[in-house]
Amino acid sequence: MTRYVIIGGSAGAVGAVEAIREVDPIGDIIVISDEPKPAYSRPMIADYLSGEASLEKMFFPTKDFWDKNKVQMRLWKKVVKLDLPQKTVELENAEKINFDKLLIATGGKPFIPKMEGTTRKGVYNFTTIVDTQRIEEALNKAQKAIVIGGGLIGVSAAEALAKRGLKVTIVELKDCILNLILDKEAAKIVETVMQKNGLSVITGRTVQRILGRKDNDEAVGAVVLDNGTVIECDMVVVAVGVIPRTELAAQTDLKVNRGILVDRFMQTNVPNVYACGDVAEAYDFIHETNRVLALWPLARIGGRVAGYNMAGQKCEYPGGTAMSTLNYFGVPIISVGLTTLDEAEGYETLTFHDQEAGVYRKIVLKDGTIVGMTLVRDIESAGIIFNLMKNKVNVEGFKHKLIADNFSLASLPETLRKQLLLGI
Amino acid sequence: MRRICANEQLCMGCGLCEVYCTVWHSKSRDFIKAFRREHPKPISRVRLVQEKPVSFAVQCRHCNDPPCVFACLTGAMHIDEGTGLVMHDDEKCIGCLTCIMVCPFGAIKIDPYRHKVVAKCDLCQGLDVPACVANCPNEALTLEEV
Repeated sequence: MTRYVIIGGSAGAVGAVEAIREVDPIGDIIVISDEPKPAYSRPMIADYLSGEASLEKMFFPTKDFWDKNKVQMRLWKKVVKLDLPQKTVELENAEKINFDKLLIATGGKPFIPKMEGTTRKGVYNFTTIVDTQRIEEALNKAQKAIVIGGGLIGVSAAEALAKRGLKVTIVELKDCILNLILDKEAAKIVETVMQKNGLSVITGRTVQRILGRKDNDEAVGAVVLDNGTVIECDMVVVAVGVIPRTELAAQTDLKVNRGILVDRFMQTNVPNVYACGDVAEAYDFIHETNRVLALWPLARIGGRVAGYNMAGQKCEYPGGTAMSTLNYFGVPIISVGLTTLDEAEGYETLTFHDQEAGVYRKIVLKDGTIVGMTLVRDIESAGIIFNLMKNKVNVEGFKHKLIADNFSLASLPETLRKQLLLGI
Repeated sequence: MRRICANEQLCMGCGLCEVYCTVWHSKSRDFIKAFRREHPKPISRVRLVQEKPVSFAVQCRHCNDPPCVFACLTGAMHIDEGTGLVMHDDEKCIGCLTCIMVCPFGAIKIDPYRHKVVAKCDLCQGLDVPACVANCPNEALTLEEV
């Protein structure tokens, strides 16, 4: 009987467990997680904080998933050491667990920039339910929050805090928020929506220091920007990015670049050892090379691929790419691939922008195939474009339809349509 | 498993598929009440797509390896253990739109009348033949065993 050990109990583990169980109904599966709770939807923590989702709703994918799949859960346990030649993992209490197949799905952790004051009371991260609960406890006394970092996590935290009645200011180092995901046009739309809903956005600035309160130096009282501006606040959320939790790989033969390197089967350079999710550096189908992509859907899909292969059924990872959906204050946005290259050499950009309606569509092409898409407000056909992109379909003949108002399956050439709908 | 197939040669673009779908997915299942009085307004889960002269209806294909299920951030989109159909749990949905990003058919909709939730075809649970298929006047929609 095969013994599968999975380190990390989130999206990657879920994917792996469901795949392993499809192939191997009886093998031992042990999931070791350093969180006190079984998997919950991490992207939902913003909805939880805003009051739009209950804890009960957050179990991922369902509360009974682990029991149903006969998984031994070792919660609130930290793996401190891997002995790959001996095929064991060691827990904090020196307990050793043997494995036949190992999946490292430890995820990412927030990056804390070096700055004065990050240890003060009232400084939070925003990646786990524990972070959210700590913020929740402080909410009734807080009035003004500063969010450092205008990426996905920062803006999500900012939206949730604003919905809870706080006066929120986002401080972003680059010249627009969400700059890794959106081009300037789309980012501007989000910024405007944020401002309409009472948030302030400061770009091109960074927080240099977090000051204490006059009556209590240990608690957050204000931040100082790099231009000397002082902004009073009683809460700071640090959201400048996440980095892969690769510490366990340090004293092993595992190849680590930014993340743990895996092949198209999610296997590391060490046989029987796999990695997926935010800790892994896996294939990106647009860049056609390995990249760290800290995205929930890719963690689960990568986990599935790892799971199949661990259980002995060959399965190739189709690859992921930067792909995000945003829905801040009810403005739907989908952005995939290379969206921030404007007229860079060799790329062609098609855009449609109705400023009044706030509708924006942009497609980036290279050699006749789609390499990037951004859709704002009018997004229901995004998946059709996403799949043309993923399958590297040459769209030269109908590219202008991609940004048309009524783009749908009916806009595709007959042969493509039939292939999709009838599988011929 | 069953799947709805559209014959674009036979589709007249009348939109009755959307009308009957809306009514079946309403609370009252009554035409007048569904379209005039219900709040939140019910919406159609089938989408009539047109680029003249082409028109046909698109519903969830209930894929064998459904990308929407594996991309879902919350577990709302799931495979029903009994039927194998791709089902959507409104209660769990937070309207994150990830399913819409990956559906190759553009078969998932944002429900504009409810807060942060998507909607899609469930093959009309409770009916032998889905409402769109049963009421297509030119038999452009058929239910096939796949």
